[in-house]
Amino acid sequence: MKRVAIDVWYAIQDWLETFGASQIFFVRLLAGVPSALARPGLIIKQVHASGVLSLGIIGISGFFVGLVLSLQAYNSLAKFGATESIGVVASLALVRELGPVVTALLFAGRAGTALASEIGLMRATDQLSGMEMMAIDPVRRVAVPRFLGAIIAMPLLAAIFSAFGIFGAWLEGVVILGVDEGAFWSQMQANVDVYDDVLAGVLKSFVFGIAASLLAVFEGYNSIPTAEGVSRATTRTVVLTALSVLVLNFMLTAILIGKV
Amino acid sequence: MVIRDLQYSRGHRKIFDGLNVEIPRGRVTAVMGPSGTGKTTLLRLMTGQILPDHGTIMIDGQDVPKLRRADLYQMRKRTGMLFQNGALLTDISVYENVAFPLREHTNLPERLIRHIVLTKLHAVGLRGAWQLMPAELSGGMARRVALARAIVMDPDIIFYDEPFVGLDPISMGVIVRLIRRMNDALGLTSVVVSHDVDEISSISDCTYLISDGKVVASGSPEEMQENASAVVTQFMNGMADGPVPFHYPAPNYDDQLLSRDE
Repeated sequence: MKRVAIDVWYAIQDWLETFGASQIFFVRLLAGVPSALARPGLIIKQVHASGVLSLGIIGISGFFVGLVLSLQAYNSLAKFGATESIGVVASLALVRELGPVVTALLFAGRAGTALASEIGLMRATDQLSGMEMMAIDPVRRVAVPRFLGAIIAMPLLAAIFSAFGIFGAWLEGVVILGVDEGAFWSQMQANVDVYDDVLAGVLKSFVFGIAASLLAVFEGYNSIPTAEGVSRATTRTVVLTALSVLVLNFMLTAILIGKV
Repeated sequence: MVIRDLQYSRGHRKIFDGLNVEIPRGRVTAVMGPSGTGKTTLLRLMTGQILPDHGTIMIDGQDVPKLRRADLYQMRKRTGMLFQNGALLTDISVYENVAFPLREHTNLPERLIRHIVLTKLHAVGLRGAWQLMPAELSGGMARRVALARAIVMDPDIIFYDEPFVGLDPISMGVIVRLIRRMNDALGLTSVVVSHDVDEISSISDCTYLISDGKVVASGSPEEMQENASAVVTQFMNGMADGPVPFHYPAPNYDDQLLSRDE
């Protein structure tokens, strides 16, 4: 029992240390933002790496989520004779919740792991030490552009996820199940608000972007320079990002609904 | 470069315990010692990558451990370092790797950068490999490209961390000659950490042998060969057992074999 208590205490200490270190790292990243903005080429390259290269998984996932949403909504709404509302249900679920959250989870799996392992391998192969020896700060040269690139990419990916999802919902609901197309789009247009729904989703995905990219570059940058260390950093990136996104999602939803 | 009373521990293990080293300007100085004695750690201390527990590391009158980050970076602009594996950036070409410090630290026009990069690549014999990616290079070629990158800012001091490890005899000969040639042609001060006795002895002006956290012998390669102390004799002649034991500390052999403990 005593041993369990000691282990729990060490785990809490470890978590607090990691949390503190990540916040200090966050400040270092923010301090490097002005100089990174002066070299937009580096950021654009990272938007491509994190965003464009994630388009496939995001688009396909969004499409299938839209298909399922439409199918589920149709079956439930048919009981009340309100199948025309599947467009509203699918689009609200996508832009407010599923778009930002699922995109962030997929981003952690695709781009977050790539970021963490790339930076971790740069650490393991002395590339970061090499930069330091060339009087180049690796946080500013390597971590900040990747951090900013991922933050820019996340809301764009979430928007694309939602767009593909709505396309999937339309295909399933209108083309396959025969819901009236005019009602599908007009109800969506009437009930989805730009500020309360779309911008709320954009805000969420922006915050998730900060969390996901911070965790990925932090874990990669501070990984132990061995094969096992890089593997551990990659795993921790996915686990911590998933948990952070889900917790943040609840907090943001509570704040946004409280405001609305 | 003068190191005085350097002490450094990792955990409970003392790596250096009162180390004293003087590295003369314009010479090739070798730092040798058995594996695990902290040769690479010494390079990291000299370049301010890690901080000592005690002692001074003076380079051109500046105490490296006490330098602020900005001053440390200024000092590093005047130094070059060749890592064991080259530490080339794997996502850019040979040309871009060598141009990297110039692009980061200067606003030179592209035409001049091209001229400098090709000159440095020519000096290491790899001008023709300018458009290859690091993954396409052999170990020896990668180290030569890293050497070109290390000298691209025309440093005063260059540190070599085990530059001969894992190289075939031809590549090793090339690197050995390059270290000496670069030192003499560019007026550098070279610090070479190595345990390859023959190669390093052929080019060094001065050698320090480190063991158990201290300098156990120093002098020219000839003086080292003539040194009769047991540890120097063992190291210079590659003897398996001696002051540096063959066996890692272990309990009695019979007792351990007959013990029931797993």
